[in-house]
Amino acid sequence: MKNTVLLGALTVAGLAAGTAGAATLDDVKARGTLNCGVSTGLTGFSAPDANGVWQGFDVAVCRAVAAAVLGDPMAVNFVPTTGQTRFTALASGEIDILARNTTWTFSRDVDLKFEFVGVNYYDGQGFMVPKALGVSSAKELDGATVCIQTGTTTELNLADFFRVNNINYEPVPIETNAEAQQQYLAGACDVYTTDASGLASTRASFEAPTDHVILPEIISKEPLGPLVRHGDSEWGDVVRWSFNALVAAEEYGVTSANIEELSASAGDNPELNRLLGAEGELGAMLGLEPDWAKKAIMANGNYGEIFEKTIGEKTPIGLSRGLNAQWTEGGLLYSPPFR
Amino acid sequence: MTTMTDPPGQGFRLSQLIYDTRYRSLTIQVVAMILLMLLVSWLVANTVTNLHALGKDFDFGFLTQPSGYDINQRLIAYDSQSTHGRAAVVGILNTLLVAVLGCALATVLGVVAGVLRLSNNWLVSRLMAVYVEGFRNVPLLLWIVLIFALMSESTPAPSAFRGDTPSASMLLDGVAVTNRGIYIPAIHFGAPFFDNGLYNWLIVLIAFAASVFAVKRLSRWAAVKQEATGDRPTTWYLTLGILVLPVAILFALMGAFLDLPSLQGFNFQGGIHLRGSLIALWLALSLYTGAFIAEIVRGGILAVSKGQSEAAFALGLRPGTTMKLVVLPQALRVIIPPLISQFLNLTKNSSLAIAVGYMDARSTLGGITINQTGRELEGMLLLGLFYLVLSLVISGAMNVYNTSVKLKER
Repeated sequence: MKNTVLLGALTVAGLAAGTAGAATLDDVKARGTLNCGVSTGLTGFSAPDANGVWQGFDVAVCRAVAAAVLGDPMAVNFVPTTGQTRFTALASGEIDILARNTTWTFSRDVDLKFEFVGVNYYDGQGFMVPKALGVSSAKELDGATVCIQTGTTTELNLADFFRVNNINYEPVPIETNAEAQQQYLAGACDVYTTDASGLASTRASFEAPTDHVILPEIISKEPLGPLVRHGDSEWGDVVRWSFNALVAAEEYGVTSANIEELSASAGDNPELNRLLGAEGELGAMLGLEPDWAKKAIMANGNYGEIFEKTIGEKTPIGLSRGLNAQWTEGGLLYSPPFR
Repeated sequence: MTTMTDPPGQGFRLSQLIYDTRYRSLTIQVVAMILLMLLVSWLVANTVTNLHALGKDFDFGFLTQPSGYDINQRLIAYDSQSTHGRAAVVGILNTLLVAVLGCALATVLGVVAGVLRLSNNWLVSRLMAVYVEGFRNVPLLLWIVLIFALMSESTPAPSAFRGDTPSASMLLDGVAVTNRGIYIPAIHFGAPFFDNGLYNWLIVLIAFAASVFAVKRLSRWAAVKQEATGDRPTTWYLTLGILVLPVAILFALMGAFLDLPSLQGFNFQGGIHLRGSLIALWLALSLYTGAFIAEIVRGGILAVSKGQSEAAFALGLRPGTTMKLVVLPQALRVIIPPLISQFLNLTKNSSLAIAVGYMDARSTLGGITINQTGRELEGMLLLGLFYLVLSLVISGAMNVYNTSVKLKER
């Protein structure tokens, strides 16, 4: 009996670790599809639309990588993960990229053995309360019941925030955003806390979004970004530079509208020429086609276009660029040069 | 004499290992053992290689690191600065709590439903059949989620108790049923020297156990007297006194008072908070397992020969007494062994707690801790070990009980 349990555990561990460490780029090319870990449904970031096609800000990263590697932005197999299952899914090789509004932290990067390839959304943790509660600051939340998604950094930030401010709270751990929304709307918790972008997205899906306020306090830094397994730098490079291509495209004014025209002939901007494959051999260095970046950008447009389409001010979620503007416009987005 | 076979000096041939029945079983065992060891060594080597490929080691040091997360239901002192090890213990205690509560309620439900299902009353027996078939044929997870959803959607929020004309009110001024759980009064001790709640309850428990022992002695004395004289002395007031008085005196000495829950700020404060997650998990586990136990009890009772109850009736015993004194004691020996596995099932099923956010061992050690530290292998091994030990302890204890009730063959 004792042996059986041990064997079972070892089998699971052995099988789970079976595929880790292989050359992911070759695997993806051989498979013909990209396995991409996303959330179980967060409007604007990653959620299936009415036709069952995944759409969103995080989904766009997966599509860009699939376009760069396989030439087809739709060749993505989306794997919904919860806060608790996402890291195991990535470590075990079930997914090639995790693009699930995941915060870049020291321990995840170093101790959990993952590699964050960049930041696609600079965020911070906020609190949402019903307007009827009459709360205007998070410090007035003494004794409140707080819904949190378990297995996230928000869980840790929350504990720190309430301890530092010496106030009490009752945590209600929840598995997914949908369940949290249901508990919050049923009044089973007074407060829902997660990344401010997630709160905006959740509020946008309410029947009466104006009945709820997001408190002014942002209690943490949450740089959200796509990540891959540690130890496969080639694959990490592919994902990192596919994402950087989207950011650089916005900086240089390459949009899905003018990209055909710009890439038709080599222009007078050498960096743009290198990005679009008219000059140099950047694609070959990554082990990809020369027009990899062009395909990545054509998948959903540049970073700015993706932002506006999925979570921008014209969408129900209504997030402003803020920190996520280009560095030339006072934001933090800054792609290293394509050289 | 010429037919003597088995000429000596033939020696041992290799084929005998397979074709000679004297050696065959040994051969099979050795081969199986070698295969098993090969499998084990392959698994271990595979694990080691892959851990190495991932750059991970095998280390339980994370248990002494600060956990950083809070747990809502804690039976021992714990905060976000405590270690992952302590968080695991908090989770383990929560698992034990719901397992003990669940086993107790499931047994009561199961015995009642099992006996009633055999009732001659058509309505009662059909109702119990509906209960049994309804609960045991729908997955447990659905019941847990359903009860939790009922709790959180159909009961009032604490804010409904506020104001001059609240839309909800407390039952008997002491019990508040809210969508965050049920708040009930708690007993606290206020006298000096009695500030540690746990020891106080231990003292009360010991006193109560002594009272129960005394009551047993009393009833034995009454039985002896009845044997001798035919008259049973009236003892109910003595029994009541022995049971109630010592505990009451202790409560008075230790300054016990009722701590009623009251609405303060966002939530009720004071009293005992039975969270919705605990109630949902507890009720669902009990109702589900109770349905199985009902069938076990029914089977046990049917296994007792009809002649036994007919003989009891012939002696003039009433149906209730017959069930209590004649049928159930004999049915127990059939009931106990399958009952053990139902208790084990209930305990292990409690790991579905995560569905409603109940912080059991699976949610703390096997959930948040693994997620924050990335120690999947270590955490899962520990979790497996915990459930294994717990199950062995339960089945060990129940086997001891089984030995005490089974037919004594002389």
